[in-house]
Amino acid sequence: MVISKAEPLLDVQNLGIRFGGLKAVSDFNMTINQGELLGLIGPNGAGKTTIFNLLTGVYAPTEGQIIFTGKKISGLPPFKVTRKGISRTFQNIRLFKELSVLDNVKIAYHPLATHSIFSSILRLPSHFTNEKEMEEKAIGFLKIFGLDHLKDEKAKNLPYGGQRRLEIARALAAEPKLLLLDEPAAGMNPQETKELMELIAFIREKFNLTILLIEHDMKLVMGICERIFVLDHGQLIAQGLPEEIRKHPKVIEAYLGEEVGEDHA
Amino acid sequence: MKKSKSFFLMFGLAVVIYAVIQFLLYNGILNPFYENTLITILINIMLAVSLHLVIGITGQFSIGHAGFLAIGAYIAAIFTMKLQMPFIVALIAAGLAAAIAGLIVGIPSLRLRGDYLAIATLGFAEIIRIVFLNWDFVGGARGMMITRMTDWTIAFICTILTILVIANFTNSRHGRACISIREDEIAADAMGINTTYYKVIAFVLGSFFAGIAGGLYSHNFYIIQPGNFGFLKSFDILIFVVLGGLGSMSGAVISAILLTIISTFLQEYSETRMIIYSLVLIIVMLYRPQGLMGTKEITQLFQKKKSFKGGKQYGHFES
Amino acid sequence: MEWIQQIVNGISLGSIYALIALGYTMVYGIIKLINFAHGDVFMIGSFVGFFAITGWNLGFFPALLLSMTVCAILGVIIERVAYKRLRNSTRIAALITAIGVSLLIEYVVIYFRGAQPEAYPKEILPAKSFELFGAKIDSQSLYILLITIVLMVLLQFIVHRTKIGKAMRAVSHDQDAAQLMGINVDTTISATFAIGSALAGAAGVIFGLYYIKIDPLMGIIPGLKAFIAAVLGGIGIIPGAMVGGFILGIVEVIVSAFGFSSWRDAAAFIILILILIFRPSGIFGKNTREKV
Repeated sequence: MVISKAEPLLDVQNLGIRFGGLKAVSDFNMTINQGELLGLIGPNGAGKTTIFNLLTGVYAPTEGQIIFTGKKISGLPPFKVTRKGISRTFQNIRLFKELSVLDNVKIAYHPLATHSIFSSILRLPSHFTNEKEMEEKAIGFLKIFGLDHLKDEKAKNLPYGGQRRLEIARALAAEPKLLLLDEPAAGMNPQETKELMELIAFIREKFNLTILLIEHDMKLVMGICERIFVLDHGQLIAQGLPEEIRKHPKVIEAYLGEEVGEDHA
Repeated sequence: MKKSKSFFLMFGLAVVIYAVIQFLLYNGILNPFYENTLITILINIMLAVSLHLVIGITGQFSIGHAGFLAIGAYIAAIFTMKLQMPFIVALIAAGLAAAIAGLIVGIPSLRLRGDYLAIATLGFAEIIRIVFLNWDFVGGARGMMITRMTDWTIAFICTILTILVIANFTNSRHGRACISIREDEIAADAMGINTTYYKVIAFVLGSFFAGIAGGLYSHNFYIIQPGNFGFLKSFDILIFVVLGGLGSMSGAVISAILLTIISTFLQEYSETRMIIYSLVLIIVMLYRPQGLMGTKEITQLFQKKKSFKGGKQYGHFES
Repeated sequence: MEWIQQIVNGISLGSIYALIALGYTMVYGIIKLINFAHGDVFMIGSFVGFFAITGWNLGFFPALLLSMTVCAILGVIIERVAYKRLRNSTRIAALITAIGVSLLIEYVVIYFRGAQPEAYPKEILPAKSFELFGAKIDSQSLYILLITIVLMVLLQFIVHRTKIGKAMRAVSHDQDAAQLMGINVDTTISATFAIGSALAGAAGVIFGLYYIKIDPLMGIIPGLKAFIAAVLGGIGIIPGAMVGGFILGIVEVIVSAFGFSSWRDAAAFIILILILIFRPSGIFGKNTREKV
């Protein structure tokens, strides 16, 4: 693989966080280059979701810093991080359940629209043009994910796989540079997982995205990720190509009891 | 366009309602007692709709709305009685003063969630009441004498404006941002929505209209006293919103109308009224916690429900 | 030496707040509900005590016990009839139901006996005054403090040394896990309501003894203030409610002593808001964060 000489998209330096006395993540380093598709794996409780929460500003790190497109983003609140170009999905699906599928996606497009409260209350022309544009964009995203025919349905009424896809559509509508997917295939059957993998590859091409995903499904990670980071007890224990990770002694040790390899995913 | 069509429909409906009632009042078919009841209904609609924005749309559980009503009531009274300003100026001042109070109360307390926010807003409302109680300029506990200025026309115009502004706000990206906070604050934040900003905006906008309602309220009586704005008043407003259905503006309007009529008829039996009120509240919360309308609007009831098949067949697998 | 006297007054008032606050904090600790009706249980306790003393010529202590018993039963009824169904509903629904129960109790009492106040007879307990460091101390104040301390010690004993206390702590920690371990959650929650309400009943009788005048809406303000005391100490934490109650009582008396008695209620609410903003978990509380 060719490592680009240009400035990395994301540069995480010595990141750490402690909750009370507990060090949840410590001395975590990671660089992500434009256009990569990376995996973050590790046993349960290794701190994977904590890393996502740190990257997106849900937690402020107690040590180290996060540089995104050359600017420090650690310490910013989540909504500002999103506006800088990082958006995410959640492990336990956090859709706006009572809202329509369409509105879910429209909300993500909110920070990119410009019409003011004043304009909306007085129903000025900018309100109508912007709202129309939001609607068209949102429908566009739904089409890619095969959800456009369900746009008026409440999000909570979608089947499980549909909810997962809607969450990714919503994250994409924020027009991120870096997309973080937290176990996107969790709970999906093999067919749905396969379709999801294809979809991830497709959106990455289409939107020129950089993607970091957490996944338990080894087959998915090994199959599509170009580089993999392995986390255990809040620390990075290995990183490299899928082939290297598969044979890495520390990874095998960390997963002792869990099978590593595509045959037993 | 679909949206603007329903707008003109509503506007036409408002004009018709106004014309009919004005005609009945003019010809003396409706006597002053009914005019008074109508004004009370309209003020209560304004209060219900403004609180609906805070609780129903943004999901911020405020139980101190009477505090903003009090500020509007007193500020408007000071403007007309002490400063000899026109009533309309007083109403605008009442709204602005309440909005500023909403900003001051909202910025610190909207960091709190759920029960804690509720209690904090109740505390602020009590502090506001106690300030008026101790302020001799407005008569302290004895209250303040006021010339009656509110009439049915101005109340109607204010109510329509309140509904229009809050409906327009709700049906825009700003309203959706507020609803997303109600649905899931963490996800809203992750979607780039400045949750604090929108919570405060909803609170300020809600307080503004509560303030105007306060101006109408105080000038609908000959005297106002701090005792009119205790937390029982806050609960009254809360009940409109909750019984109407959290998240439904038409629900809030309908329950404000119905409950005001019921209370007017039970005015002489105030204990009975409160017993019925509280029983209804408990029974609705136990058996229909989503209220009369749920999150639906009355217009949606007439639309044909589109059926959606796939949803229920799929199981929900937990990972 | 007027200060000592003021502090003594503050402690007496604080005792009442603390006793009510304990019920709030225990109920919140176990089912995360602000039981708005708790102040009205206190009011009922006060009236039961009044009728026992004036109607049946009971002495102070039998009246106290009767009032505590009636309130315990009332608390359990409220829980069984109204709150039990709400365990899986939203916090808003639960809070509104509690407000509804509160209004219902108040207006049922007014419906049956009117809104006029009653006066507790004086001299139920020997009211001698004596000098302490130059301050005139009312023996009633000492009785109040003594009763409060006895009840608190008893509560600590129940919570930490008995089986039901252990069950209460388990359920407040994790309801589902407690159930799986064979604890009867319903009984435990009812017991919590019974104990908390009994303490409110005791507070009601003490209130009548100390302030003489009682009325059907008397529970609202002390109820709210006791809730503030519970938040101040850290809601869900039993010693916190006691300390919070005493602090609030003393602060109020000091505010009055400075000549701002009409701002007394505001002082409590200002404390509430400051504590909510700067330390929402209260003096003894630990910060928790929402799981993402």
